[in-house]
Amino acid sequence: MKAVTWHGRHDMRVEDVPDPKILRPKDAIIKVTSAAICGSDLHIYNGHIMGMKAGDIMGHETMGEVVEVGPGVKEFKPGDRAVVAFNVACGECFFCKRRLFSACDNSNLNAELTEKVFGHAPGGIFGYSHPFGGYAGGQAQYLRVPYADTTMLKVPHGPPDEQLLFLSDILPTGYMGAEFCEPEPGDTVAVWGAGPVGQMAIRSLKMLGAERIIVIDNVPDRLRLAAEAGCETLNYDEIDIPEALRDMTAGIGPDRCLDAVGMEAHGTGVMDAVDKVKQRLKLETDRPAVLREIIMCCRKGGTVSLLGVYAGFIDKLNWGIAFNKGLQFRMGQTPVMHYAPMLLKAVLEGEVDPSIIISHKIALDDTPKAYDLFDKKEITKAVIFPNGQPATDRLDAAATETKQANLRA
Amino acid sequence: MGYSTTGEAEQKKRGLNDSRAHEFFENGRRIVEATLVQQPAQRIFEFWRNFENLPQFMQHLEKVQAFDDGRSRWCAKAPAGTTIEWDAEIINEKPGELIAWRSLSGSEVQNAGSVRFIDRGRRGTEVRVTMEFVPPAGKLGELMARITGEHPQHQVRSDLRRLRQLLETGEIPTTLGQPSGRDDDKVEEKEETR
Repeated sequence: MKAVTWHGRHDMRVEDVPDPKILRPKDAIIKVTSAAICGSDLHIYNGHIMGMKAGDIMGHETMGEVVEVGPGVKEFKPGDRAVVAFNVACGECFFCKRRLFSACDNSNLNAELTEKVFGHAPGGIFGYSHPFGGYAGGQAQYLRVPYADTTMLKVPHGPPDEQLLFLSDILPTGYMGAEFCEPEPGDTVAVWGAGPVGQMAIRSLKMLGAERIIVIDNVPDRLRLAAEAGCETLNYDEIDIPEALRDMTAGIGPDRCLDAVGMEAHGTGVMDAVDKVKQRLKLETDRPAVLREIIMCCRKGGTVSLLGVYAGFIDKLNWGIAFNKGLQFRMGQTPVMHYAPMLLKAVLEGEVDPSIIISHKIALDDTPKAYDLFDKKEITKAVIFPNGQPATDRLDAAATETKQANLRA
Repeated sequence: MGYSTTGEAEQKKRGLNDSRAHEFFENGRRIVEATLVQQPAQRIFEFWRNFENLPQFMQHLEKVQAFDDGRSRWCAKAPAGTTIEWDAEIINEKPGELIAWRSLSGSEVQNAGSVRFIDRGRRGTEVRVTMEFVPPAGKLGELMARITGEHPQHQVRSDLRRLRQLLETGEIPTTLGQPSGRDDDKVEEKEETR
């Protein structure tokens, strides 16, 4: 089969690799109908995630059709349609029993190595480095899904992939970030980052009844999407964010602050330059420009909801300020299968349409190029069709063809 | 109560409190490691009590033969395809709660161990392992060190992780045999498709 493989910083390739096989009784094999490039894949693309090996297959936002199941799989049979959660979750351990699926204690087979740095190892993640289990990812024509019953969500035939695919990661992730905020009537929620996760968070905040949302980014297309969802928008290239937020909240600051940017935040000034050098030299893994700004802006006693991704170590974090302002921090990798069944219902009932963020629909061969454009923020969200685009989905074929032509140019 | 390998009464009965036994453990190493398993204590006890199951999750074990008289023959993997063997006996056993064993005197490898299964209610069953062994001298000692690695504690920890994976989910996850763009993996595929 064909798969997108990582070979080093800014070196993604499409290669012929062996087809996946059933390796354990609870495995399933799916034929991938669509897969997406996640913002967190860019951290790998840019060489900021440790523990990748050349040749690793990328991708953790995947859906498709079940083609084979092991003898231990009970919930799925060939022909079923499934969305694959980015976290591999066994469903049986201490953590899965508490629905903390991203903390699964059985799925990370490199836990010994990871524990040395993390203290405890998070669960396995598809296509996201060996400290997270070293599982082959879904930017490929086929994917092996371990612990299939609790790692995949069964979805009905009918709705296009575009509406369902993001149940694999960014919709549950955005929803979790919104839930962390626990918006109350009258609250102002500020969202840093209007990329795919930020957009999902905004829509989830609306579902949870947030009255006032202020969105911060510098990409006009992304700010337009936020404005269309009924948010106020701030372009950080044009305006001083702390000043603006202070003014817009009569001096007290936003009650809830959500970080949908993470470790590659674009900062300004000396601090940012120092962070960039340190990150390149591996003295610091994560650049916390947005996190620092949030700590400055958030109102006293407010909530900081972090979706990141953050991967490791941060320098010069204004932690004492966070302490003295009494901020609450909530963060983490999303336990996708905790949220996905409820969000599937919301999608099917039309309460939220995640497909609005898709800007490019591409073939597998175009994926390395798409990484480059996504990194330059010329793409909002690219969806890959590794086995060809379904014939039933030609509604916006003209627009897609134009974008594909641009991609090849 | 500490981490005694055997119950106190049992120790007295077996004469383990005499100076010889004391010396045995003084010179040896002790490893204590625990994990929570989401299975009833009785089930985990039964699985462990059948010593022939142990190689399924104890990576360095090749084979364990259990005999009717409570004795067993343990066979560990050694480098270059060789093995080390020793005989052991059960010295304490409480169904659903405790198993303790030690190598028979005269064994090349002197060791003792116990595992307790403690019901922690909603948190699951605590499986607490204590291992004690005297690192053998000379060539055998070198061999043992290579088997157990530089950190025997980590060996026990990862064995317990595999036990948990096996009993909770029925399988030990793997990525061995999954596709990648690495040359050696591609070669393997070529050979298979031939």
